[in-house]
Amino acid sequence: MAKLDLSQKLAILSDAARYDASCASSGTTRRDSRDGKGLGSTEGSGICHAYAPDGRCISLLKILMTNFCIYDCAYCINRVSSNVQRARFSVDEVVQLTIEFYRRNYIEGLFLSSGIIQSPDTTMSDMLRIAKRLREVENFRGYIHLKTIPDAAPELIEQAGLYADRLSINVELPTDNSVKAYAPEKNPATIRKAMDDVKTRKAIAAEKSYTGKRGKRFVPAGQSTQMIVGADGSTDATILGQSTRLYGDYKLKRVYYSAFSPIPDATVKLPLIKPPLVREHRLYQADWLLRFYGFGVEEITAARPDGNLDLDVDPKLAWALQNRALFPMDVNKASKDMLLRVPGFGTRTVGRILSTRRHRSLRYEDLLRMGASLKKARAFITARDWTPGALTDSAKLRAKFAPPPEQLSFF
Amino acid sequence: MYTVPLPRIGTDIAWRDAAKRLISAGVSPDDVLWDFGAEMGELFATATPLPPPTRRIKAPQSFVQMADTVIWHKDPQRFGRLYALLWRLRHEQGLMQDRADPQLAKLRQMEKGVHRCKHKMKAFVRFRDLRQGGDRRSFAAWFEPTHHTVEPTAPFFARRFADMDWMIATPDVTAQFVDGNLSFHPGQPKPDLPEDAAEALWGTYFCNIFNPARLKVQAMTSQMPKKYWKNLPEAAHIRSLIEGAEAKVQEMRDNAPTLPPVRAERITKRLRGDED
Repeated sequence: MAKLDLSQKLAILSDAARYDASCASSGTTRRDSRDGKGLGSTEGSGICHAYAPDGRCISLLKILMTNFCIYDCAYCINRVSSNVQRARFSVDEVVQLTIEFYRRNYIEGLFLSSGIIQSPDTTMSDMLRIAKRLREVENFRGYIHLKTIPDAAPELIEQAGLYADRLSINVELPTDNSVKAYAPEKNPATIRKAMDDVKTRKAIAAEKSYTGKRGKRFVPAGQSTQMIVGADGSTDATILGQSTRLYGDYKLKRVYYSAFSPIPDATVKLPLIKPPLVREHRLYQADWLLRFYGFGVEEITAARPDGNLDLDVDPKLAWALQNRALFPMDVNKASKDMLLRVPGFGTRTVGRILSTRRHRSLRYEDLLRMGASLKKARAFITARDWTPGALTDSAKLRAKFAPPPEQLSFF
Repeated sequence: MYTVPLPRIGTDIAWRDAAKRLISAGVSPDDVLWDFGAEMGELFATATPLPPPTRRIKAPQSFVQMADTVIWHKDPQRFGRLYALLWRLRHEQGLMQDRADPQLAKLRQMEKGVHRCKHKMKAFVRFRDLRQGGDRRSFAAWFEPTHHTVEPTAPFFARRFADMDWMIATPDVTAQFVDGNLSFHPGQPKPDLPEDAAEALWGTYFCNIFNPARLKVQAMTSQMPKKYWKNLPEAAHIRSLIEGAEAKVQEMRDNAPTLPPVRAERITKRLRGDED
């Protein structure tokens, strides 16, 4: 086999990384390089430097250190039984790519993942060498996200947390049984243990010692995980239940949902379906409702008997259509909690309604002016000069928002 | 009638200084003409000097922050609109919290436009290596912002790229950062920047991180509008990626599953050794 050049390796190892959904670069400590001795900054909000035609943000250089892998996970392009072309970056190559891309303002930093080579400890140590070089030799102050290898020794994961802004460990599939079936070398208990270790270590770092000093920063942007959707038979209720546990038990910053997508050289074990993108989208919407809108899993998944979300309308609208007796809601009187349940109203709109109604009794036009989206909301609210009349209880209300049935064949 | 000339560089400071003087002298918005870039020149110039700053002006912090952003909008009416709101704020307490006030709503909308433009500038400026040698590396970029966002956004680049020299040239204002000092100069036509080999690698990355099975063109263009494409090296690949996507997915589907490589069985056996 001819030796691969840098460009060929980059092609193989970014192709291998594209199934990881996360590209976040936000929420870490504020840093800059004004002292002239380093490179890079992080200022709270992330920056998407480009968008690919799949609509996904490109914020980080997302690559695998190597796509050689000894594991045999059915859904994964890099599994040992796949004939995909293999490549491996040297430490120097990853460092140079990151720095040179960063200097040209292409990226916010590096998201480094890897196939498992030789052993989990060897793989994790090699990834650490890259992070350490970036931080200590190149004085890189941009964002680093490391995918941790769950079976690696805890002290390696601990070191990773000192260099990285974010650590992630993928739970991969929504249930332990699915992991056993499709990722036989992975152990769900080990994955949870690793997430728990990161949580504990982060809590310790946040505490002040008796001298009042804080320990070294440990993964300031927290940890995240990813679940593949549509590869196994799990329902949305199962998936969201799992997310709720993950957010609660391990204080995760984000759970990412990744619609199972055809991969080159796929295994016979999994059908090459069209990726369930709408389902993925609805799961993200539901995830938001759980975290920021005060909804419970049961409320969101109660609309349909099969435990799946309605694909035709968003989960908040689906809930409102099921609970029409609570509507219409008076925007001049309703509580914050109830306003958050109005379809079409986001947290920002609700904040604006609350601050503005101290000054005036809100009319329909006022709502428009403050940027509220009324396309859905109008059927569920009253304002000083607006009442939806029979619209709220109209049998045709759902049909107004759901796409016509023939479009469904597309999926 | 006062005509206030506002310079193209340092507009924010000049506007704030003038607004303070005019407000403290009780000059009504109807009696002020704002002359951005001093384009009206002699024609409207008045001999009336601005009134001296007589007393401290109190304005809500939220107004000051909003004005610091809206000032960079391209709408010629921005100065007058801001001053008119400041005028009302003298007597209307709590006006800043009233999101339904039409004048404030308009200014908030302009603020949002500038924020977005600043954000896109942070995202879409693409530097090229000038390969000039010397202690510090130097880079340059050509960018075409929608609003006058070079000045308020340049400090971001100074915080981020402090160990190198750089220039961001635009038709509006050019920012230069040399040996740790940031300076602004008049805009210029597009300079000839040397080719940079890193752009090809970046293009390779852009093409391979794209998943052809999830084509969502509109999601891309809503975040990365076409008007920016001409200055983004990676955008040259977009068309062929979209056109080739379906064929790539079909190819994955048509390819029959292959036999695992020989090493796979050996490795898997070793890994699962104790169970089998």
